[in-house]
This record gives sequence, C-alpha cells and structure tokens, in this order.
Amino acid sequence: MKTTHRRGLRRLVVATAAVTAASLLLAACGGSDDSGGGDQPQASPDAVNAALEKGGTITYWSWTPSAEAQVKAFEKEYPNVKVNYVNAGTGNDQYTKLQNVIKAGSGAPDVAQIEYQALPQFALPGSLVDLRQYGFDTFASAYTPSTWTAVHAGDGLFGLPQDSGPMALFYNKEVFDKYGIAIPKTWDEYVAAAKKLHAADPKKFITNDTGDAGFATSMIWQAGGKPFSTNGKAVTINLADAGTQKWTGVWNQLVTGGLVASIPGWSDEWFKALGDGTIATLAIGAWMPGVLESSVKGGTGKWRVAPLPTYDGQPATAENGGSTQSVLKQSANPALAAGFVRWLNHDGGVKPFLESGGFPSTTADLKDPAFVDKKSPYFGGQQINQVLTGAAGSVVKDWSYLPFQLYANSIFGDTVGKAYQSKSDLNPGLKAWQDALVSYGNQQGFQTNG
Amino acid sequence: MLTLTSEVDGQMAESAVLRPRRGWLHRDTKGWIFVGPFLAVFALTFLAPIGYAIYLSLFREQAFFGGNTFVGLDNYAEVVRDSKFWEAFLRVLLFLVVQVPVMLVLALLAALAIDSARLHASSFFRIVIFLPYAVPGVVAVLMWGYIYGNNFGLAADLNDLLGSTAIQPLSKSWMLPSIANIVTWEFVGYNMLIFYSALRTVPEELYEAAAIDGAGTVRTILAVKLPALRGAIVIATIFSIIGSFQLFNEPNILRTLAPNVITTYFTPNMYAYNLSFAGQQFNYSATVAIVMGVITAVIAYVVQLRGSREAL
Repeated sequence: MKTTHRRGLRRLVVATAAVTAASLLLAACGGSDDSGGGDQPQASPDAVNAALEKGGTITYWSWTPSAEAQVKAFEKEYPNVKVNYVNAGTGNDQYTKLQNVIKAGSGAPDVAQIEYQALPQFALPGSLVDLRQYGFDTFASAYTPSTWTAVHAGDGLFGLPQDSGPMALFYNKEVFDKYGIAIPKTWDEYVAAAKKLHAADPKKFITNDTGDAGFATSMIWQAGGKPFSTNGKAVTINLADAGTQKWTGVWNQLVTGGLVASIPGWSDEWFKALGDGTIATLAIGAWMPGVLESSVKGGTGKWRVAPLPTYDGQPATAENGGSTQSVLKQSANPALAAGFVRWLNHDGGVKPFLESGGFPSTTADLKDPAFVDKKSPYFGGQQINQVLTGAAGSVVKDWSYLPFQLYANSIFGDTVGKAYQSKSDLNPGLKAWQDALVSYGNQQGFQTNG
Repeated sequence: MLTLTSEVDGQMAESAVLRPRRGWLHRDTKGWIFVGPFLAVFALTFLAPIGYAIYLSLFREQAFFGGNTFVGLDNYAEVVRDSKFWEAFLRVLLFLVVQVPVMLVLALLAALAIDSARLHASSFFRIVIFLPYAVPGVVAVLMWGYIYGNNFGLAADLNDLLGSTAIQPLSKSWMLPSIANIVTWEFVGYNMLIFYSALRTVPEELYEAAAIDGAGTVRTILAVKLPALRGAIVIATIFSIIGSFQLFNEPNILRTLAPNVITTYFTPNMYAYNLSFAGQQFNYSATVAIVMGVITAVIAYVVQLRGSREAL
C-alpha cells in the first residue's frame, strides 16, 4: 500500500511536470526585464546622412506588398547598406513576435511596420526611437494632418506615415442597378438601402459585419466620437459618448434587423461574397482597391467608389487602417535605421509603394494629377482616386486610439461580439468592453476612468 | 565531471580519515553518470520552465511602465475569483465528460471489430480509422472549418437541400459538439490502436480455454478481452483527460470563422495564451497555466488510482 502510494505520488509529480511544462512553455516565452538600448550620442540629420554613407546592415519587418521592391531600390541607391527583409506575419501575428523580442531584450528588427492604431502600444513603453532627434519633425507639411497625428504618441514622433486609409463607400454597381438602389449619401439612406436590398433578395446584404474593432472604432471616429483620451498615465474611456451613440443608433438598426451578413472579414467566404454580389457595399479604407483587384477577380468591372455616407450629408470620414515604419530602441544602428525610414516614406520609397497600388499619406502625391486622375479598369474606368483623395481631406480631427488598442481589439469579440451574436443592442456590449478596458488599464498602471 | 571526481579521489586517497566517504562518493558517481544526460535534459526542458513559471506567478509586472513587484499568492487568489477562468474550465470539463466516453467507446468498438477474426480486410480498416490522426491538427481543423461553413461547404449545401437553416455548426449552441466531433474524428484511430495492441497481447490459450468452456463472442469479450484491456483503457482515459483540458488548436483556429462564439477565454489554454500574447499579462498567464496543470494532474491521478484499484 505504502509503495503504491509513493509510486503514485511520484507519478503525480511527473504528470504535473508534463502537463504544466507543455502549457507553460508559452508563458515562459515572456519574462526577463525590458532593456531598451541607449540613445546614440550624436543624433541629427547629419548623423543620418553619415550613417547612410557609411553603410551597415539592418533588419526590416513588414508585410506590405511593396516591401521587397522598396528594399531592392534602396539597396541600389545606397550600396553600402544591406537590408534583411523579413515578413514576420501580418498585423497581430507580427505584433506578437515583436512584443516577444522586445520583452526578451534582443532579436528585434531595426525597423518595423506598425499600424497607426498599434503605435501607442509600442511607443509609450519606450520600445521605439523618437525621430525628432534626427530632425524628422520638420517633415510635418509633407503628410496629411490625420496621418501626421497618428505617428505621434505623447509629444514624441515615432515613425513616418506610409499609407493612409481614409474611408469611402465601395459599392457593387451591378447589384445597385439591378435592385434600383441609389447611392446613399446619409446613413439613414444607407439603412433604407439595406432594407430594400435584403427584402428583394434575402441572400443579399448591404454589407458584412461580425463585430470588428477596427471598423467600429473608425465608425465612431467618423460620427465624431472621442471615446479614448490619454494624458500621460491618465486614460479616459467613454464608449457611450454622443458620437458613439450616433453610430450605434444607425448600426443597431442593421444588426438587430439581421441586415448585415455574418461573414467575418478577410475569410475565404468574404472574398467569395465580394465577388458574387452577396455583399453589396463596404465602408472601408482607401487601400481597398488593391485588395479587390488582387483577391476578388470576380468583381472586375462591378465595383465603384463613392464618398462615405454621413449623418448630415456633409462630407466627413475617418481613417481605417494604415501603417507607419518605426525604428526600434533595440537597434544597434538607429541613425541608419532612421535613414531607411526617411527614404521609405519621405524619399525614393514612395514611388515603388504607389506602383504596388498603395494609397499614400504624402500630400504631394495626393495632389499629383497623374495619381488623382488615373482611371481604374477594375472600377469600370472610374477615377476612383478623385473620391479617395477627397476623403483624405475630410477626415474628422482629434481622434486618438488607446495606448493598449491591440489588447482592446483582441477582446472586442468577447464583449461587443456577444451583441452581434445575439443580434441585439450594441450599447451594452460597448459598456462591457469599456469595463474590461478600464480594469485592464488600471492593472497596467494607468489611471483609467470609465 | 568524470575528471573532476577522479582528481578528488586522488587527493582523498592520501587521507585515511576520509576513506569511507570516498567509497560512498565513488558509488554515487557511477549512478550519476548513467542518469546525468537524462537529468540534464529533464531539468532544462521540464523543471526549469516550471520553476520559471512558478517564479513568474509570484510577481506582477506592468507591460507599460515596468515595475516588477512581488505579490506573493495574489495572482492565485485572483484566478480563484476569476469567472472567465472558471467558465473556461467548466466548458472543457463538460467537453471531457461527454466527448471522452463517446470517443473511447467508439475506439473500443473499432478495436474489438478489427481484432475479431470476422472482419474482412481488417488491416485496411485499421489504417483508415487511424489515418485522421496522421493529418496535422491545424490542417484537420481548417478542413472541418470548410465543412462547417454557414455560407458554403457541406453545412450550407445540406441547408439548401433541406430548405432550412437548421444546421449551424458554428453557432453558439453547436460549437462545443462541433469541436467534439473534430477531436473524436482525430483521435478515435489513435485510441483504437492502443486498445488493439493491448488485445494482441492476450495469450491464445485464454481464447481456447474460453471456447472449450463454451463461451460465445459476447461472453469472450466480457470475460477475456475487456479485463485484458483495463490497463489500456486507464491509460487512454488519462491521455484524453489531459488532451481535453489542453484543448487549444481546434477552438483557436475555428475562432477566425466564429469570432463572437469563441471568446479569448473559451478554454483555459486559450485564456493563458491570450493573456500572454494579447494582454502581455505574463505573470497572470503563468498562474492560470499552473493552476490548470495542477487540476489536470490531480484529476488524472485520481483516475489512475481508481483504475488500478479496480484492476486489483
């Protein structure tokens, strides 16, 4: 009896070990203290030029389609510099890796692509280099105001804007014509169009939405909501402000009425539904034409672009997506890394970016007639950039994301998603989201108020 | 290690006082040499991560402002009060209680069928039933995701055929059975193989004796085969319990198809993962993992104890 017991105990220990080891490997990947590299002693525009001349090797993480062409063009212009380009995953996949190498204290790239909404999450803990020391703050006038705001966190400048995503309404003209639907100018007209379309064909929907934090925050932004504000350690979250309620007032009608397709964005099903008319419109960023052209061949000639519907008929829109390139504190050669960033988004890198179908944030390109008046065959010859550059000029001002927006987005489905799931009022879901964010913020040392 | 000890031995030989101790050390060294390589790997891959996780679980670090503070057992107290953790735990417990018996009974029936001499082409069936186990888990879930799809795939086609929307494998009330179906499909063959190999070890004499005593097929199964399988069933049950509590791949991949049904805390492992990698709450994540590991080990141990007691 005693031996069995002891054997059992030993097995228990071994079993505990086996079970915990497996589940802990992931937890163990974190840990170790954060160590940011110190600033370079000489930091100025001259230091950047000198570093580019002297050369060296830097690593660049990005998932933008133009990255490879840009790196090639850069290395041709600066033969002394070698850029190791790594596609470390798209969006969250890359951020997870980036957070891990930052936490580990080594292994971070010198330059990384970071979306505007994720920038504060990396900038505020001090993982990124403030580019003002290289004089990059003098480039302000080269970019649209909304993207220039987006690359700042606190007072610091933590990247140069690459693309921008002012929202517009992409619609399937074939479907609109077939059911006699006019292009909606206001959100009320949009809701009416949604009802008309779904009544005419129950298999067709005005749009899809299964609850997407990026979309919801952009829509709140357009409605004039300012749910997030940060001042140092003080964070205020109010997901019941006037703007937010303006949006839920419209969107609730679509969600509770079952007028939006429950097809998750970026799924295979979504691309199929965009091609066959199941989804008739998308309110989405100006980078969407490139995605449609490459991934929705079935939609060729059918899609058109119109300004985003508004609440009062006056032009107003928000940014949806868009990225910057930032220099990591871990970089051993931040001056050279900054030089690469300057070239990418303020210099020779813009051309290959535009050629790959990107939508710029640089005002010069947004005004360039060659860009603005370009006819797009996919959109039936429409000069879509006229609409999209117009949108770039009517972005509602003074929006800011949370300093922990990535985490916030990750729990959107847990909270607001429940309202989508049960086709009920979004407001209680937003309240639950707010409560979860307030408690997370306080745990992380912010003074968070809800 | 070897050279070091022989040097020590040489020095010690001069001192008569230490002689008895030398013999002890010598015997001890030989043993260590044999277990050394194993212990080194075991310590590095098992003990060190667990030790580190336990260390992590006693601290709380803020992702934004640094500041690592010792909090004692606060994290554990929080897990105990954490409704998300218990929701996830109860979900996998329900999964375990329903899915594991179904899967093991199916595996048992398959093993008995293949073991009985009556089945033609038994090796064909054996490999076919085992084949899903050879499909990588991620690929299997992606494949089932296509089958489950609401707007395309088999579920959609069946709904079209029936003119209804009754079949919704990715909806809230169907999700757990849908995942159970995938897991059963994946692991029936694996468990069948465990049972089948246990059946193969039954000595032929037992069957002969049973036949001479006039036992039919059912009687032989009940009196000879099932008792012989008891050990294998206990092992398979323990593996399945551990597997259920560690449920991760299936829900994590289906999450892209049903983001609102599968929360970030759908299973304890998903919760630990998301705490770490979305929330950067490494300390709390480690605590969740440890608590879950201990619960799993205790339940597995109880099952083992019961299983072996019945065998005696």
